[in-house]
Amino acid sequence: MDAIILQILNGLDKGSAYALIALGLTLIFGTLGVVNFAHGALFMLGSFCAVTMQRILTLSYTIEDPTQKDFLGNPLKVDTPYLVSWFGESTGQALIEWSVPLAILFAIPVMLLVGYVMERGLIKHFYKRPHADQILVTFGLAIVIQEIIKYFYGANPIPTPAPDMFKGSLDFGVLIGYAQNTIIYPYWRLVYFLFSAVIISAVFAFLRFTTFGMVVRAGMADRETVGLLGINIDKRFTIMFGIAAAVAGLAGVMYAPINSPNYHMGMDFLVLSFVVVVVGGMGSLPGAVLAGFLLGILESFASMNEVKSLIPGIDQIIIYLVAIIILLTRPRGLMGRRGVMEE
Amino acid sequence: MLGLSKKDTSFLIAVIFLTLATPILLQPFPEGSALAQFNAGYPDLMQRFAIYGIFAIGFNILFGLTGYLSFGHAAFLGVGSYSVVWMYKLLSYNVVPGLILAIIMSGLFALLIGYISLRRSGIYFSILTLAFAQMSFNLAYSVLTPLTNGETGLQVYTDDPQVLMDAASPSSPHFFGIVMNESSKIDVGGWLFTFNNGYYFCAIIAIVVFYLSMRIFRSPFGIMLRAIKTNQTRMNYTGLNPRPYTLAAFVISGMYAGLAGGLLASMDPLAGAERMQWTASGEVVLMTILGGAGTLMGPILGAGFIKYFENIFSKINDTVLHGWFSALPDGLEDAIVFLFHPFIGKGWHLTLGLLFMLVVIFLPGGLIEGGTRIWNSVTGRNRKKKQDQGDHHPKPAAHVN
Repeated sequence: MDAIILQILNGLDKGSAYALIALGLTLIFGTLGVVNFAHGALFMLGSFCAVTMQRILTLSYTIEDPTQKDFLGNPLKVDTPYLVSWFGESTGQALIEWSVPLAILFAIPVMLLVGYVMERGLIKHFYKRPHADQILVTFGLAIVIQEIIKYFYGANPIPTPAPDMFKGSLDFGVLIGYAQNTIIYPYWRLVYFLFSAVIISAVFAFLRFTTFGMVVRAGMADRETVGLLGINIDKRFTIMFGIAAAVAGLAGVMYAPINSPNYHMGMDFLVLSFVVVVVGGMGSLPGAVLAGFLLGILESFASMNEVKSLIPGIDQIIIYLVAIIILLTRPRGLMGRRGVMEE
Repeated sequence: MLGLSKKDTSFLIAVIFLTLATPILLQPFPEGSALAQFNAGYPDLMQRFAIYGIFAIGFNILFGLTGYLSFGHAAFLGVGSYSVVWMYKLLSYNVVPGLILAIIMSGLFALLIGYISLRRSGIYFSILTLAFAQMSFNLAYSVLTPLTNGETGLQVYTDDPQVLMDAASPSSPHFFGIVMNESSKIDVGGWLFTFNNGYYFCAIIAIVVFYLSMRIFRSPFGIMLRAIKTNQTRMNYTGLNPRPYTLAAFVISGMYAGLAGGLLASMDPLAGAERMQWTASGEVVLMTILGGAGTLMGPILGAGFIKYFENIFSKINDTVLHGWFSALPDGLEDAIVFLFHPFIGKGWHLTLGLLFMLVVIFLPGGLIEGGTRIWNSVTGRNRKKKQDQGDHHPKPAAHVN
């Protein structure tokens, strides 16, 4: 039993990432009808927002400290971050330590802007073109974004640690009555799960309870009629694209401490997220979230040693296997609407 | 000739000539001159032109004709490579049994994947093929290690059986005694031409499969495939089941990919799982689209273009650039080098990505369409065509006089 709980917990953080990316993909597909292969790149951009924030906060100047000597007897050169000299030692260091959560504030405007520019500058011209063209152009865009990041940040993963407060692990087993050290769960993964739950609920609440969200939902159901009612639906859809980009970006920011950002992480996640979207059902938001968590948890179950010894290699292929079975037996995915991309 | 129309025959002859003369044509600059780095006439690169040309021709039969965008073709490439290396390990270094096995195995594999994937179309088909390819890639890395040798890659060891091997046979891939990596070099007044056995082996196979794809394009079968791309629903209404046709196209293109993979292992007796990764599938998509999907020559052009730039463009570095622009004033020179820096050397993927986007946005027909447009505007054929239409179609007359 404790092993099962542990695997469910392990699946949650990866599942959260899948769910967030798939949610963004579905938002874009549901509103604009575009299959966005560059969405993984947006996730990666988010991660690099965290890296950028870390770099900005640790910007330093060098002073020669006459009180300390290096081994040659010259005054020791000390790098001092500006933040430390402005806010004092403790506040400055604390700010630097919290660079990843702070990066959220930085990532939201950046990703909204990136999404807005992407939609207005490129995607807009592809609404009337076939899906294959949309896939291809966004695939090209993903390569370009990836290479630009590689140019500026290099090809190696850049470690971006979480705040010290979240470094340890939660002994989850004790809370529900198991012995110590049976179910251990790192704090940051818990934070990631809660964070993604908040984001997902926020997106749903936004669509459900605001006038803007109502108009967008109406537009998803029947774009033309909403347009005929005198509402500028294109503008709202553009904003939705920005929001989808921001969701992917936030998923990336918070994922940075779990997996050090590297330039091709977006592509790695993209393939899986597409599988997630298809399993959940094209255009279904709850489907995307459900499938994200489901596949994340399934993946962690499949990597249990007991399962692996039963069916060797299952952990490598479980997601694809599930996707193939679902696509063939239930053409519109788990929760897809009837008639949406069902060919 | 050979069941081709007159126009196609001359086209085929031109292709044959270009392919066979490649070692000379790609070596336009004399050895030691400043432009010699643009020469592409070395065996390794020429072999890649031919092999990836075959891969792209095969992919084009599926994507160009039926419009089904497969993101998993690299799986067949990998299967082909593994088959050939296994034949080396079991029989001998002769490539023929390996290539035959490669075609058969990849055909069977394509039959299996195609049978399942082709139940769906559009984006779902892309995702299904992608899922299958990723599955094969992951399995090749992990569980199938006895068959694929995992991360190390499959290669021939001294304790392998190699039952057909005797003392006289060469110890590297060969075609009945013609060793692949041997080449003869001819030096003509500073120009160094390399005629490589391996290249000519690949080139002849490439010509044969190009001829086959030409026949497929012109056959009723090819027309049927194009009809599927144009309007599948209407095909259904006329009482034709498109599935067998698409499946046949999928299997044929899978066999082409397997052959290409086998040839890769014939040139260099190694097979690694990374050949099956989805980035490799993405590459063939890039090649086909860049050259022009649905045209005969486009995919080969695209393959050559990408492989050329991969090898040549990535070698240009800042020093070379400084050399070129040294005539300019210093400040301007630095500025230009700085401007070009992200796009050259290691950054050539950025150039490729941008180029690919530009092609998809402005030239959906690829380089071939670009060429045709330029040719038409030079010869003024467009205008002529428009006038023609005017003559042949009388203006609509009023029904009631």
